[in-house]
Amino acid sequence: MTLSRASENKEFLIEKVLKNYSGLLDKNTGDRLSIIKREKIQRPVIYIGMGTCGIIAGASDTFNAVEKYLKDQRIEADLIRVGCIGLCSAEPLLDIQLPGKTRISFKKATADRVEDLLNSAFHHTLVEDTVLGQYKQASHEDWPGIPHMEQIPFFSYQCRNILRNAGHISPYSIEDYLARGGYKSLYKTVLNYPAEKVCEIIEQSELRGCGGGGFPTGKKWLLALHTAGDQKYLICNADESDPGAFMDRAIIETDPHKVIEGISIASYGIGANYAFIYIRSDYEQSREILENALRQAKEFGFLGENIFGSGFTLNIQVRQGAGAFVCGEETALIASLEGRRGLPQTKPPYPAEKGLFGQPTIVNNVETLSNVPSIIENGPTWFQAMGKNESKGTKIFSISGKAMHTGFIEIQMGVSISDIVFKIAGGIKGDKELKAVQLGGPSGVCIPVKDLQTEIGYESLQEIGATVGLGGLIVLDEATCMVSLSKYFMEFLQKESCGKCIPCREGTKRMLEILEGITKRPKEESSHETLERFKGVVQLENLAEVIRDTSLCGLGQNSPNPVLSSLKWFREEYEEHIFDRRCKAGVCRDLRTFFIDVDLCNGCNVCQKKCPENAIIGTIKMPHFIVEKKCTGCGICFDGCKFSAIYFK
Amino acid sequence: MQEILKKILPKYPANRKDSLIPLLQEIQKEQGYLTEESIEAVSKYLNLPVNKIYGVAAFYDEFRFRPRGQYHFQVCRGTACHLFGTDTFLKELEKQLKVKAGATTRDRKFSLEIGNCMGACEHSPVMKINDTYYSHVTIDSLSKIIRTLKEKTE
Repeated sequence: MTLSRASENKEFLIEKVLKNYSGLLDKNTGDRLSIIKREKIQRPVIYIGMGTCGIIAGASDTFNAVEKYLKDQRIEADLIRVGCIGLCSAEPLLDIQLPGKTRISFKKATADRVEDLLNSAFHHTLVEDTVLGQYKQASHEDWPGIPHMEQIPFFSYQCRNILRNAGHISPYSIEDYLARGGYKSLYKTVLNYPAEKVCEIIEQSELRGCGGGGFPTGKKWLLALHTAGDQKYLICNADESDPGAFMDRAIIETDPHKVIEGISIASYGIGANYAFIYIRSDYEQSREILENALRQAKEFGFLGENIFGSGFTLNIQVRQGAGAFVCGEETALIASLEGRRGLPQTKPPYPAEKGLFGQPTIVNNVETLSNVPSIIENGPTWFQAMGKNESKGTKIFSISGKAMHTGFIEIQMGVSISDIVFKIAGGIKGDKELKAVQLGGPSGVCIPVKDLQTEIGYESLQEIGATVGLGGLIVLDEATCMVSLSKYFMEFLQKESCGKCIPCREGTKRMLEILEGITKRPKEESSHETLERFKGVVQLENLAEVIRDTSLCGLGQNSPNPVLSSLKWFREEYEEHIFDRRCKAGVCRDLRTFFIDVDLCNGCNVCQKKCPENAIIGTIKMPHFIVEKKCTGCGICFDGCKFSAIYFK
Repeated sequence: MQEILKKILPKYPANRKDSLIPLLQEIQKEQGYLTEESIEAVSKYLNLPVNKIYGVAAFYDEFRFRPRGQYHFQVCRGTACHLFGTDTFLKELEKQLKVKAGATTRDRKFSLEIGNCMGACEHSPVMKINDTYYSHVTIDSLSKIIRTLKEKTE
């Protein structure tokens, strides 16, 4: 029964919706379409956000609890897994749409709360605190007193183009995507446009690579198109290894078919018959979703041989990365796909001329390719109209760190950083102050509060020495130690340096040693070690410049960025670490000295027992003391004290 | 072991070097790690020198040459997790499991690894044990998890 219905839908969607050029629908088609789109429903529909982030927050348990609830209450309802809508800090999200009513979204719907939440929806006794908002739907009755999603600041300042379908469609269903106009652009392209025209449209739209480089996409495609080759390749770069960046994961897990459609159009544009999706190995769920989507697309005839009878053939393969950060760089990625060590190569020749297996190859980021279908659909001028100055369109950012609301957002280019932090992300958690914003992952820079009015854009950010990067935005509050953060980034880059260029391989190691030196308490202050430490500090900037100038790839060239930028804006913090041997934030463990407040200590003796260095003295029921010389600052006594009698300076 | 290799190898074309990484990935998925035997078999099959294969496999973080523990801990070391103090609880984990990061205990019950950013920064600090994720981990919840796992293995 279900099988035959699916095949009926398939024919209907392809013949009546996909091949419908005008976009005008007769009444019958419209009605049927709105049933597939779940706008007209006969029975309740329940949506659960089950992206990787949702599952980590406990969405699988929520899903099981909902299933059990429906079974126990004997309620017939459709249960649909969707991707994340972006507000990850409110997860797990549980949405319900009752016939005739608008769809409402419950936040923090953990398994134990499912019964209460669903009861409140079915019995129309909503508790406002539990609800995130309701979706606006024409000819559906609103829930009273519940804000619309568009009114919530997190969503109202966004401009959703790539993420348009997020939360509405199931990533496991090609029909959902087709019903919302999916694959129309591919159909239009392969039947009407010659390859060159596709590249020109993209060039006119001024779409730029969203993977960090910002190179004009159309120009790159034209270069590959005009280079002669037996076989051309397109690679979709989903090796998103920047810590704190998860936009590609978000796109793939909410709307995988958009990525596939983008890849297909791009491959047609450059004349490639083979495409690869290089996805990082940690994204297990994303890979499964993509492979499932590829299978469906093939079944529907959107991939494989002679697509839509146009003679265009395309095969897409998913390849998993093997956990090397440097493989996000295009030449290293190509080396990895060829089965070699992922070492970057010198450019030129650019991959567009000589790439995978020596053939013209285009490497584009997931986000870049996801822009393509809507540019074809709406024309290049539509895309150009978005954004500001030289930077067009939208950009997805992932917000993490100490912000109130974290997750991912899509904004128009030209929005200022402070708007993102304060209006969209809702400011800082707790009553702390904002210290800086870290943009662009480990090779990015820290932006201090004074530069927060800067608008997001390739050129405007360059003026303050920053780059858009992949789009990881980390909010830092005053409790962050900038030296420790730089040390963390250096540790990461040092570990991920591929080892090809000596300045990067050895230089990052030395920089890390210097940073470790200033965040550690020396055994003897007077010894040779101290001299070495100061020598290191003096050379830190010099070393950073050498690494920047003499490394081959972006990873090496940008590796000193976090140190240089934090040194520029937070120099006094470094000086405090070096001269006063003090970490104001109390993050650098080795620099902390602990004291016991004699008024609060009741002599329970726990700290004395726990201290691994025997640095605490005292008798039971009398205040204890810490011998400063013996204390290594490990903080075990601090964590273990139940009376908050221990503090550090 | 031989059977696994016999099953996996023919799935990949023997004359193409680019099948090397997917091939090793599948073998590791089946066996848990790469044995000397399997690397030699791959070398014969793809007609590549053994040292080349080690060269490639050692470059990528994903490949292991030693078995994992029954419970494999992966601690996310992303930036957001760092801000929420993974440093401290990594040390705590090392202490409680009695194993250094990157190693396996002698009884092969536990292994600890510093993982890449898992892309779930809003739930930081994040930890993964085998295939289960744990979000907003604290030292207290960590001790509880380890205690139950230790009871299970005994």
